[in-house]
Amino acid sequence: MLYRETGQFKTSYTADMGIFPLRQDRNALLVLLAFAFVGVPLLAHFHIWPFGSEYLLRAILLPFLILSLAAIGVNILIGFCGQISLGSGAFMAVGAYMAYKFGTGMPEIGLPALPVLVSILLGGVCSALVGILFGIPSLRIKGLYLAVATLAAQFFFDWVFLRVAWFTNYAPSGSVSAPELSFFGWVVNEPVERYLLCLMFVTVFALIAKNLVRGNIGRQWMAIRDMDIAAELMGIRPFIAKLSAFAVSSFIVGVAGALWAFVYLGAWEPLAFSIDRSLQLLFMVIIGGLGSILGSFLGAGFILIVPIMLNLIPSELGVPLSTETISHLEFIIFGSLICFLLIKEPHGFARLVTLMKEKLRLWPFPY
Amino acid sequence: MRKLLGTAVLVGLGLATAAPVLAQGEQFIPVLSYRTGAYAVNGVPFANGTLDYLALLNERDGGINGVKISWEECETGYATDKGVECYERLKGKGATGAAYVSPLSTGITFALTEKAPGDKIPLLTLGYGRSESRNGAVFPWNFIAMGSYWTGADVAIQHVAKEMGGFDKLKGKKISLVYHDSPYGKEPIPALEAFAKKYGYTFKGIPVTHPGVEQKSQWLSIRQDRPDYVLLWGWGVMNGTSIKEAAAVAYPRDKMIGIWWSGAEPDVTPAGDGAIGYKALMLQHGPGQFGVHAEIKKNVIDKGKGHGKEDFGQVLYNRGLINSFIGTEAIRTAQAKFGKKPLSGEDVRWGFENLNITEARIKEAGFEGMMKPLKLSCTDHQGADLARVQQWDGKEWKVISDWYTADRAVLDALVAEQSAKYAAEKKITPVDCSKAG
Repeated sequence: MLYRETGQFKTSYTADMGIFPLRQDRNALLVLLAFAFVGVPLLAHFHIWPFGSEYLLRAILLPFLILSLAAIGVNILIGFCGQISLGSGAFMAVGAYMAYKFGTGMPEIGLPALPVLVSILLGGVCSALVGILFGIPSLRIKGLYLAVATLAAQFFFDWVFLRVAWFTNYAPSGSVSAPELSFFGWVVNEPVERYLLCLMFVTVFALIAKNLVRGNIGRQWMAIRDMDIAAELMGIRPFIAKLSAFAVSSFIVGVAGALWAFVYLGAWEPLAFSIDRSLQLLFMVIIGGLGSILGSFLGAGFILIVPIMLNLIPSELGVPLSTETISHLEFIIFGSLICFLLIKEPHGFARLVTLMKEKLRLWPFPY
Repeated sequence: MRKLLGTAVLVGLGLATAAPVLAQGEQFIPVLSYRTGAYAVNGVPFANGTLDYLALLNERDGGINGVKISWEECETGYATDKGVECYERLKGKGATGAAYVSPLSTGITFALTEKAPGDKIPLLTLGYGRSESRNGAVFPWNFIAMGSYWTGADVAIQHVAKEMGGFDKLKGKKISLVYHDSPYGKEPIPALEAFAKKYGYTFKGIPVTHPGVEQKSQWLSIRQDRPDYVLLWGWGVMNGTSIKEAAAVAYPRDKMIGIWWSGAEPDVTPAGDGAIGYKALMLQHGPGQFGVHAEIKKNVIDKGKGHGKEDFGQVLYNRGLINSFIGTEAIRTAQAKFGKKPLSGEDVRWGFENLNITEARIKEAGFEGMMKPLKLSCTDHQGADLARVQQWDGKEWKVISDWYTADRAVLDALVAEQSAKYAAEKKITPVDCSKAG
């Protein structure tokens, strides 16, 4: 009754091709964005529940936004182009370390320290180049074999950032710390500022990604995903399509890596981008929904937040359980939740949302 | 199901952010620990010791000078991102927020070093963390009390020289370092390289990747290379594996010296008889039961409120006790200035910087035989350079050396150089220690 297109006439091609054809969807998104950009900072400023402490902003929303961005990147490659990659952690690491190098300058080649925004984007560019390089095998192999080939990237970059002291500016411990976060004189320090910064990155990149996958290039990716031989016969060049998917995906993942290092962790070592991170991102896109930008957010939220909730609930309820029991329970419950969800809805949360929308259109008179 | 899930998430969110249920008027101390994962063997006894001493103060004295202590444990699994989450979760709890944080992980220490100044919470890193954070002028919030990896490296080399019969005998010898491939394991390398230049031995670093259960090739290369001594910088399951592999390639265990994080009971027992003869540094204390143990037994364990079981009196349990002792002494010192009430992290930082644990105080608190006097200051956030060497005889650790004092001539230059580099990178103006109160 409330959620249907009756009476919404499209009078131009632009309107017809909008991201959200339904006015209700558009309004919902605008409300959400307004809340995220204005509501959350206001609530945090006045310390209104649930923003009484910095915890929600700094330990939940910040990593959620950054990992959502990374999940969008991974989803472009795996969900839209069908190229399974286990090297996402490595691409994050490349983004982080190269952003660090650009941000602190490279005196060897006479490059001064660049502004943070430029360094983060350049980190993404380096990650894209590396992505293209490690995407080359995808022209010959696919499926699980490709997954193994991209795994090489993971181990290679783990090794590089541990061994090649140049990347860490010869820090004795191999751990590096991010330069000061200043953007055109705006020094980002407060949790709210950090949140807004990440939110801007995520909004811009989500919009770009959404439009990319709706356009020519995105359709090429999906054609390749669905059947590469048929796509080739229709005139799509796999070389361009696959490598562009690797480039765009790694760029976004690299930017997310730089944000993870600069904004969330502050100081990091290669372990922050280990194989566990790659797998975590893979699970996010699978649980969230392959081939869905919305799914990336839902998946990131689920994988990141549910374990923390499970960990918090016993102590907040005052159940006297030891830390290790809680920790083990967290693994057990979270694992069973994943199994349950994948059995009930193999296409992830995004599919659930679609189903919900379809049902909502008929509500309250389903036939 | 969707509804159920939604409700669960909402309830969870509410719980996560609801006002802390802790009673007002208590001094809150967060306990970051790890009781699961590859590092749990070492994490559990340390956490037990940390908690049992806090419980002792509450049970016996009603807190610190009557101010009750409250605490909460958070499982980090030794992972940096989880550690940061735990820190954010716990830093604002209690009446005045966290008094101090002990991350017990070099990686988490690095991440929190960036956050602590903004939150005004001191970091107590007992014998681990950033070695250059000894310089309190650049690192006002880090307290690397009792020892750093660089002092550890120095003492290890001193002991090697003593066994060989003098520093001049080190010339042309080969010393290898088997290390956990993380900031933790890499920290001693600059110091060991500096000593290699000074004494003329050949240094070789052999990394072991996390978590350290796969070390065959490393020990094969040691068998080919035959270094005169092997130093071990391991943690968790890595330690036991190293000693087992050393036994497998028949590298003499009495030529192996571990850092104080590789010298506890869980490190040697998995190797069985293969560990006999293995040596390790002591962060002043060793295993054993002292005055404080009797008190804990009487006031905490016998009341069923303790955590220590078979690890009671073990090396890492005792280190946990000392960690809590130093932290609560800093609170006590701060209380003398700011009053007997729950103090903020900023006040406790003053307490750390003016901490002076005397011989008499150590005796009174029941730590006699476990530690030497400790005095911190603005210029010296470490306060002590002492260590001894112990050897495993198959059943227990035996102290085999006198007290060594690390040679500060070389190390202070390293501290100054690295902390100046950090200050330049971060645009920190060092505190003027002559004016610090």
